[in-house]
Amino acid sequence: MRLIVHNMLTCNIKGVINKFPLRIEAEKVIKKEVDFNPDFLRHMLAKIEWKALVDGARSMGYTELPDHAPDTERVESDESFLKKFHHALLELHLEEGSLVCQETGRKFPVDKGVPNMVLREDEV
Amino acid sequence: MSSRPEFLAPPEIFYDDSEARKYTSSSRIVEIQARLSERALELLALPEDDVPRFLLDIGCGSGLSGETISENGHQWIGLDISASMLNVAVEREVEGDLLLGDMGQGLGIRPGVIDGAISISAVQWLCNADKSSHEPRLRLKAFFGSLYRCLSRGARAVFQVYPESIAQRELILRHALQAGFGGGLVVDYPHSTKKRKEFLVLTCGSVPTSINDGHKESGSDDDDDDSEDEENGMVCVSDRNRPRKKQRTNKKGKGREWVLRKKEQSRRKGNDVPADSKYTARKRKSRF
Repeated sequence: MRLIVHNMLTCNIKGVINKFPLRIEAEKVIKKEVDFNPDFLRHMLAKIEWKALVDGARSMGYTELPDHAPDTERVESDESFLKKFHHALLELHLEEGSLVCQETGRKFPVDKGVPNMVLREDEV
Repeated sequence: MSSRPEFLAPPEIFYDDSEARKYTSSSRIVEIQARLSERALELLALPEDDVPRFLLDIGCGSGLSGETISENGHQWIGLDISASMLNVAVEREVEGDLLLGDMGQGLGIRPGVIDGAISISAVQWLCNADKSSHEPRLRLKAFFGSLYRCLSRGARAVFQVYPESIAQRELILRHALQAGFGGGLVVDYPHSTKKRKEFLVLTCGSVPTSINDGHKESGSDDDDDDSEDEENGMVCVSDRNRPRKKQRTNKKGKGREWVLRKKEQSRRKGNDVPADSKYTARKRKSRF
């Protein structure tokens, strides 16, 4: 699971208010190279919750992201930022570990890179 | 009809390890899936500016449809309930991200982040109640509601469906419309039983769109009144209007207070409402 997905996943348990973000407990992180596409990154930057991305990347051992996202206009010229953003968003994979709901503490296990988000019947 | 997998077992049980492998190694299924997902992507009508989009593949299975998305240069998340199917997808090293999840429980995805969704032969599974806690209506409602939320404005969702009956098709369509989607059904090859394919094309937000017609065989232009709607790519939903409540009015009419209240309500909605004056809701003279 990549951080781009982590940035969109929320805890779907009924009644939970503080759904996002899920905390990452990483056991195994792998890196896979992906083609660099600045257009896509710019398109996604507006949709990303920056703080969740930074926290997620830190818990997976990548600390080079700035605390605050730069403005969208300045991003055009900032190649080194886009490279870091690209690496964090698309190349880090959480292979084994779990996602933890901040409110209920419910763990969603991640197995072979696939998070199990199926809820038990009493959680729907 | 007994060959429909929906009748045999719930998806997470039907698509076990052996079935998942069989499914993905059948060249016929691979080809059909590729063709369907190609067509679904076409109906998704993404803007052609070469920017990759972030799509959702609901019921992605072993990632056959996802491959078509990757080939078109987009990024995707795949959701499926069968762990075996996802295992095959992991082995095949598909490019998208995979999620094990139940679409009937709603998609736990942040609002407004997905640029489009496709689903190949999956939504009809929602109409089955495989567990005692399953209520198809609630599951359809949860699914379409959460999908509507997670799509960005103007995004489309295209579902290829095999509804088992007209009632089932209406059920699916009704819940989609209730969730706020606009759109309708596109039928490819409506006159052929084998080639006939139905796509539910849903749009999110009030963007004026025209849904393209389904593919048709040449030479099938007979004057068949009943199929005319389907040729236009739409299915008529019978009796969509609920019977109106009878409005009770006495001889005096509703009165000035009522009118003022309604005008105030309308003003709060931001409508253009004429100012109140002494003429408001005044009765006309009898000689008028």
